Amino acid sequence: MKLTNKDVLEYLKKAAELLNENREYLTELDSAIGDADHGINMDRGFQTVLKNLPTLEGKDIGAILKAVGMYLVSTVGGASGPLYGTAFIQAGTALAGKFEIDEQDILKAMQAALDGIIMRGKAERGDKTMIDTIAPAIESLKKSLSNGTDFVEALEEATRAAEEGMKSTIPMLAKKGRASYLGERSIGHQDPGATSSYLLIKLMLELIKEKQINN
Amino acid sequence: MLAPLLIYLLVFFKEVKMKKLINKPEDVVNESLEGLALAFPELIKVNFNPNFVYRADAPVKNKVAVISGGGSGHEPMHVGFVGKGMLDAACPGQVFTSPTPDQMYEAAKKVNSGKGILFIVKNYSGDIMNFEMAADLLKGEGVEVQSVIIDDDVAVQNSLYTQGRRGVGTTVLAEKIVGAAAEKGYPLDKLTELAKRVNANGRSMGMALTPCTVPMAGKPTFELAEDEMEIGIGIHGEPGRERMKLKPADEVTEILAEAIINDLPFKAGDEVLAFVNSMGGTPDSELFIVYRKLHKILESKGIKIARKLIGRYITSLEMQGVSITLLRLDEEMKSLWDEPVLTPGLRWGI
Repeated sequence: MKLTNKDVLEYLKKAAELLNENREYLTELDSAIGDADHGINMDRGFQTVLKNLPTLEGKDIGAILKAVGMYLVSTVGGASGPLYGTAFIQAGTALAGKFEIDEQDILKAMQAALDGIIMRGKAERGDKTMIDTIAPAIESLKKSLSNGTDFVEALEEATRAAEEGMKSTIPMLAKKGRASYLGERSIGHQDPGATSSYLLIKLMLELIKEKQINN
Repeated sequence: MLAPLLIYLLVFFKEVKMKKLINKPEDVVNESLEGLALAFPELIKVNFNPNFVYRADAPVKNKVAVISGGGSGHEPMHVGFVGKGMLDAACPGQVFTSPTPDQMYEAAKKVNSGKGILFIVKNYSGDIMNFEMAADLLKGEGVEVQSVIIDDDVAVQNSLYTQGRRGVGTTVLAEKIVGAAAEKGYPLDKLTELAKRVNANGRSMGMALTPCTVPMAGKPTFELAEDEMEIGIGIHGEPGRERMKLKPADEVTEILAEAIINDLPFKAGDEVLAFVNSMGGTPDSELFIVYRKLHKILESKGIKIARKLIGRYITSLEMQGVSITLLRLDEEMKSLWDEPVLTPGLRWGI
């Protein structure tokens, strides 16, 4: 299974739509334990990406992802801007020059993205952040690929792991970000960043699965 | 028949939930900056895309450029504090959202006179990361940058296991004191030291009677019943640490003051700057009622009020509420506080 730069552009287009659809929902989550702007900020960032997609046609996957990262850094703001921005920039760096990528490339890029997020935000699993969604997804995919699990199954398993990770933030006590100021009042609410990253990962894994099945 | 009527009413009330004096919500920040530029052309200039406000006479020779920034919605902080004796530039993000690195990067390039840059950064993950990324960009080009973090809010437990304390009222005081020192030609290292000292000696806590509404969100950031108040709020409309039944102003002042005094702790014989701040929607009369009680509390504890600041300086849009900051002063801080300042939001001595 190979993903091309065209597939990546398609993903970004759908991601922008998805975040736009979920703008209110993410903002609601961010009202409970934040300052009610996560959905608004992510939508703004991805609308900017959407607007600039035509300029990224024909570029290699690494260049596309790096450009996306830069757009996000300069339009999302807050904590999400630097974190998502760095994630995409690092993923782009890992895939520099490639016009086609396979499963191993995807895993490498996801790991680079996660490493970027950890470097920038200095959070850990269990802090009630986007890491709680992303790390389990990568772990699951890594394990499946090394076990030789059927790829479609591996993707479904990783999606489930991401979902579980997102939901696992509900009872967590926030240790990072604005939610951490609420102390125990952050318990019982799903983290907005864990949710937006779940949406992005789920979409990505679904598109890869479609590609795999249609090959 | 009843159902359509109910739906109509629901939709109608949802629309009416936000009552603001704005045009389109997405234009709030830019239109506000345009108005500021037109109102104070002799003091400041505004750059758009990326957005930042800078001294009309920048770059000012032979001084460190002091830059701050943060989400919009706290005006006059920070854009209202640009000018002589305070900030060289301020970077306003979207409402309650940290500004982005390109804003600080361009602002620094605009006001840098070669003596270095000092970033005053409030302790919020977004602010920290965005200012850090900007500092990295500038350092990569050989610009000397130092950053000081303000984390004076006592409402949040300072612990290794949280983001740490929020940067609130002491930020305003730091911008004034450090701005004055920069105006006098303090070198970067000395400014950083001074800023850290101000931060170490300042403590704050706030409370809210009402939430506020972010224009793009269209509805309040949290709900408070008619008879409730929120203690330990931040400045972004985020709920605080404790919700309780409304109490009279004297009791509220006691709660805030005790928490602040016990935290440093402030002791008998200390000289302080007493800062009573409106969160945006609270009238001056109420601020003075709070100040009256604060004055009595400090007097009873033998803490001398050497300087005061009372008014709207670090707000959370239209939130009704108050924050109190106490800054333990020394001779240097007092003299720098008294130095002239000429900005849209603070002006004396000139």
